[in-house]
Amino acid sequence: MQDLPDPRTLLAPDRADGSIYSDPDLYDMEMDRIFMHNWIWVAHRSEIPEPGDFITTFVGPHPVIVCRDRQGVVHVMLNRCRHRAATVCELRRGKTASFVCPYHGWAYGLDGTLRGVPHQEGYSGHLDKSSLPLVNLRVEEYNGLVFATFDETIPSLDSWLGRTKPWIDLFMKQGAGWPVKTMGEHKFTFPGNWKIQLENTTDAYHFPIVHKSFLDSVDQETQDTLNFVGGKGFVEDLGNGHSVMVMIPELVDLDENLDAPIPERFAELAAGLSKDYPPEKVRQIIRAVGGSGFNLNLFPNLACSMAFFRVLRPLSATSTEIRHIAIGMDGGPDVANQARLRLHEHFQGPMGFGTPDDAEAWDRVQRGSLAGKNIDILLNRGLGHEAQRPDGNLYSDVSAETGMRAAYRQWLVAMTDKAFPAEGEGA
Amino acid sequence: MSITLQDAVALIALEADLLDHGAFRDWLTLYTPDGRYVVPIDPDVEDFESVLNYAYDDAAMREKRVERLLGGRSISAAPPARTVRLLSRYRMLETTDATCTLRCAQHLMELRQGRQRDYAANVTYRLKNTDGGLKIDLKVIRLLTATEALTAVSYIL
Ligand code: FES
Ligand SMILES: [Fe+2]
Repeated sequence: MQDLPDPRTLLAPDRADGSIYSDPDLYDMEMDRIFMHNWIWVAHRSEIPEPGDFITTFVGPHPVIVCRDRQGVVHVMLNRCRHRAATVCELRRGKTASFVCPYHGWAYGLDGTLRGVPHQEGYSGHLDKSSLPLVNLRVEEYNGLVFATFDETIPSLDSWLGRTKPWIDLFMKQGAGWPVKTMGEHKFTFPGNWKIQLENTTDAYHFPIVHKSFLDSVDQETQDTLNFVGGKGFVEDLGNGHSVMVMIPELVDLDENLDAPIPERFAELAAGLSKDYPPEKVRQIIRAVGGSGFNLNLFPNLACSMAFFRVLRPLSATSTEIRHIAIGMDGGPDVANQARLRLHEHFQGPMGFGTPDDAEAWDRVQRGSLAGKNIDILLNRGLGHEAQRPDGNLYSDVSAETGMRAAYRQWLVAMTDKAFPAEGEGA
Repeated sequence: MSITLQDAVALIALEADLLDHGAFRDWLTLYTPDGRYVVPIDPDVEDFESVLNYAYDDAAMREKRVERLLGGRSISAAPPARTVRLLSRYRMLETTDATCTLRCAQHLMELRQGRQRDYAANVTYRLKNTDGGLKIDLKVIRLLTATEALTAVSYIL
């Protein structure tokens, strides 16, 4: 067997080697050690609200079906027939009573149980159907976020999410008292490594530079709100590779500051809502429509990013798919949800005013990283004034690379089962 | 007299020519004040307002889109991709003296930073007779690949 790359030689606490974006052997290790042995986000509860509802998606490179069975239990099952491996479902979403493989007709229940095999007599008693269900992954859920893993031995989702849970709860306040629901998605690819995208949702530093043309297209008040680099925000390491980047501290808890004035750009929407809702509720809805003031990054594939979910999927060492899933208020006023959709379209997606510029920057990182050899990617911004909260969390200013350092620290743990040498030992 | 296929195609060909030659501000004048420019995701959707689209532009958003392309402050559009588009397979779905609905095929080639890509689309136009002549009241671009993962489209389809 060929020598595997040694991840410890590629990463130090404050920098990484450029080859982490393109080494195919390293990528194969990541697909195994990270994407098969950590909790991977697969769905939001609202995508499969009823028994029989399903979506198809991926855990790393593995195609899966996420399905709610008759008892309401969510299953995440490999999309692979136990006969000769055909995918049993190619629909993006739907509702069904069973999954029937199109090749030879093996039929599986919503929990993956193999129920029917055409002409079973051909196996002359040698086929034990009970031993051939669709392969079920381990599934756990927190506040509507559904995660799955291949690994039966890793700690519970609850302990994995740990200190991120209060932030998830804050993020879900965008329901304005209603449950959060997904409302469609923008899906696009860029020719670069998945970690470039992982870094980006904890990178406030780029915002005023890359998103100039977006900022040009919004009113002065919004520009001021988004002028957060150098402001009072912060990035905090939440453990296990997770981090939060608070860009707009006033918009951390959407149920607070309800008497703050309604931004000019929402005046018309507020006037419309006032016909149906009392003033207090109108203000709550308006604050929710604007989205949260932070990005919560959950290692390795989900970010709860201001007003949407950002989901990444590695396609190869040098290609990544990204989905920006719009969210809204399940049962909330249509006009408010439509306002959210228009805001999402304005920034996100292949024709948004933000995403194409992000994608261009990531594309350039990938191409530039191929220049030369043994040249570092710097991850040291904000390190000089990084400090520790009483609970131990490291934090620094809003444009610090604290969140990236957190993610790479976890990356190394996952890749090697070992962390950096203790402080002072050097790397 | 009903709007003729010839008049409708003349307007649409003018739009295509303006877009391929970067005359974005002139392009803005082809639309009615209430006109919409829509690039949906869902192939079957008609009620664009209630769902997520790639683009759902009223006059204000169209103007902003044009400023973004011409402003030189967007790294993905400085310079914008160059495009060449072909429109064909015209069919007038309905026509009166006030409005008409026309459907056609569009094949667009894009070149940016050495990468050439192409997009096929069914395009539906609703055109309207106004005091200023025939204008676009609605353009819906249904990309063949709308439900697939796309790459950044930093120009006007
Ligand atoms: S491969 Fe599925 S039934 Fe044969
Ligand atoms: Fe960005």
